[in-house]
Amino acid sequence: MRDEGFDARPWVLLAPALLALLLLMVIPMAIIFVFSFYEYVDVAVDRPAFQFENWLWFFQDGFYHYAIWQTLRISAITMLVCALLGYVPAYFIANTTYRHKWLLMLLLILPFWVSFIIRQLSWVHVLGSQGIVNAALLWLGVIDAPVRLLYNEATVVMGLVHFLLPFMVLNIYVSLESIDRNLVSAARTLGCTGWQAFCQVTLPLSLPGLAAGSLLCFVLAGGSYVTPLILGGPDDFLFGNLIYDTIMLELNWPMGATLSVVLLALLGSLVAIYGRFMGLSRLYKSLN
Amino acid sequence: MAKSKAAAVELKNVIKHFGEVQAVKGVDLTIDAGSFVTLLGPSGCGKTTILRMIAGLEHPTRGEIWINGRRIDDIPIHKRNLGLVFQNYALFPHKTIFDNVAFGLRYRDVPKAEIRKRVAEALEIVQLPGVEKRFPAQLSGGQQQRIALARAVVIEPDVLLLDEPLSALDANLREGMRVELKRIQRELGITTIFVTHDQAEALALSDKVVVMSNGKKEQEGAPDKVYNQPASRFVAEFLGNANLLPGRIESNGVKLQDGTLLPLRDAKGLPVGTEIDVVLRAERILLARQHPPEADALVVPGKVRALDYQGVAARYFVEALGTTLQVINPIDDLPFPEGAEVLLRIRAQDCVALGRA
Repeated sequence: MRDEGFDARPWVLLAPALLALLLLMVIPMAIIFVFSFYEYVDVAVDRPAFQFENWLWFFQDGFYHYAIWQTLRISAITMLVCALLGYVPAYFIANTTYRHKWLLMLLLILPFWVSFIIRQLSWVHVLGSQGIVNAALLWLGVIDAPVRLLYNEATVVMGLVHFLLPFMVLNIYVSLESIDRNLVSAARTLGCTGWQAFCQVTLPLSLPGLAAGSLLCFVLAGGSYVTPLILGGPDDFLFGNLIYDTIMLELNWPMGATLSVVLLALLGSLVAIYGRFMGLSRLYKSLN
Repeated sequence: MAKSKAAAVELKNVIKHFGEVQAVKGVDLTIDAGSFVTLLGPSGCGKTTILRMIAGLEHPTRGEIWINGRRIDDIPIHKRNLGLVFQNYALFPHKTIFDNVAFGLRYRDVPKAEIRKRVAEALEIVQLPGVEKRFPAQLSGGQQQRIALARAVVIEPDVLLLDEPLSALDANLREGMRVELKRIQRELGITTIFVTHDQAEALALSDKVVVMSNGKKEQEGAPDKVYNQPASRFVAEFLGNANLLPGRIESNGVKLQDGTLLPLRDAKGLPVGTEIDVVLRAERILLARQHPPEADALVVPGKVRALDYQGVAARYFVEALGTTLQVINPIDDLPFPEGAEVLLRIRAQDCVALGRA
């Protein structure tokens, strides 16, 4: 006879995933959290303790607050650029009558086959002092010496957009695809021009996809540090770069742990706010 | 809300190609103002394409479409002033019922107070007053379709276009909605084009039925005319249950292949000796153990091979006239059992001659 009250099967089936999450996420993050209370003695030396020096440092030093502001600002700009640039191809793929739609989707996913680092570095060959843009301008005689195009905030945003745009396009595409075509036809017969029908029907109904894509872009941009490292100048750092520098260069693990917890809390709270208003189920759907 | 003018819609030799496929092969159609016309046919016959061309969602490859004396096939959709109702309702899910119904009025410079009044009136007409604040998902399928109808009629369209509006509803709801649709159309006196593959809907609702097949018009006319006097084999077989009996016209009837002489009232001017088909509707053949003698009627023996009991009536497959005939008769008490020897009464007035093309 089966026990009616408690069915163990779902838990047995979930166990491997839960175990992996516990071992690879929950425990390491707990360790990081504990680390944030350790005492920093000297370079690469720290002592187990329970004290708030790292946290006080974070709350008092305006440089960290500026870094948060800069991270949010660059993430927001990246997100907006992705949304504006992503909507058009998503709309096109969703509405094209082209028979081989899969080919367009493939083109979208194709960049993922190339290493992220390579993709970011490739911009050096495009915009660097020896890059094709400078070479072309020199050859045309527009300029006499190479112009500095790289290593500023714009190139950081560009690199982030380059990496994040497919996420935005896919999310918008999924929600555009699910809109009943008859709705636009209905709006048109009721007196809308094509543009009005887009504003009244297509755009509002694709907002969930736009929101999901925006969240992904914002969070992924906010957590990145490689792009500013490769394409940014000295002032174009993100919060992730501070963590990287603190841990890898200063070898101050307790402070690095503190900053990591801060970034996690910051981006985690954004996901939580989104989940509260939009529901996270849509995110999973578009990631599949 | 009534509009009444002469010929409301006119199609002149309309042709539509989709790539290689010719979906509509030269259709002429005249629809009187205020009438209810049904385009009836199997899927792929071109009926929906015609509707979509009138609505402006497709552009005819050739031909002309006129509405109220104005050629519209080059006028953009949003300036045509037509009401379109879809099979899947197509209500805006993110807008309230009020905003759905008011949608068309907002693009017609109607003042706010009047919008409110007209939306309320439209909801009154579809018998769903007071749902303004709800969202489409909060209504049942039948209610959503009423709202879709309200949204289409509130703009006082020149023509109401209905694209299989009942087929997404379940059977008993569909019949109620059918009566409702007819009432609303009568009340508003609105010229209506209805597309369906359901012959019962077509016969029940229409002033005129246009039977279509394969991109062409097969026959058009009043429902009873089309039903009783099919002009082609396709129409005879598509509408109801018909028996088609091949035979040759004689001076006093039709000689069937087994030698029986079938009485025929109207040979439609076909000369003696012409090979024709006789259309004999399943419900016009009467089965009985014996029949009183009757003028202009033939009584032949037959044997029930199989029956399909339907409660109110039964569909019999009767071996007679050298073939198997379908017969639908109401059931009084008990149906004839399988294997029963019966007599079939066939009246001259029920035999329709169909020339072979």
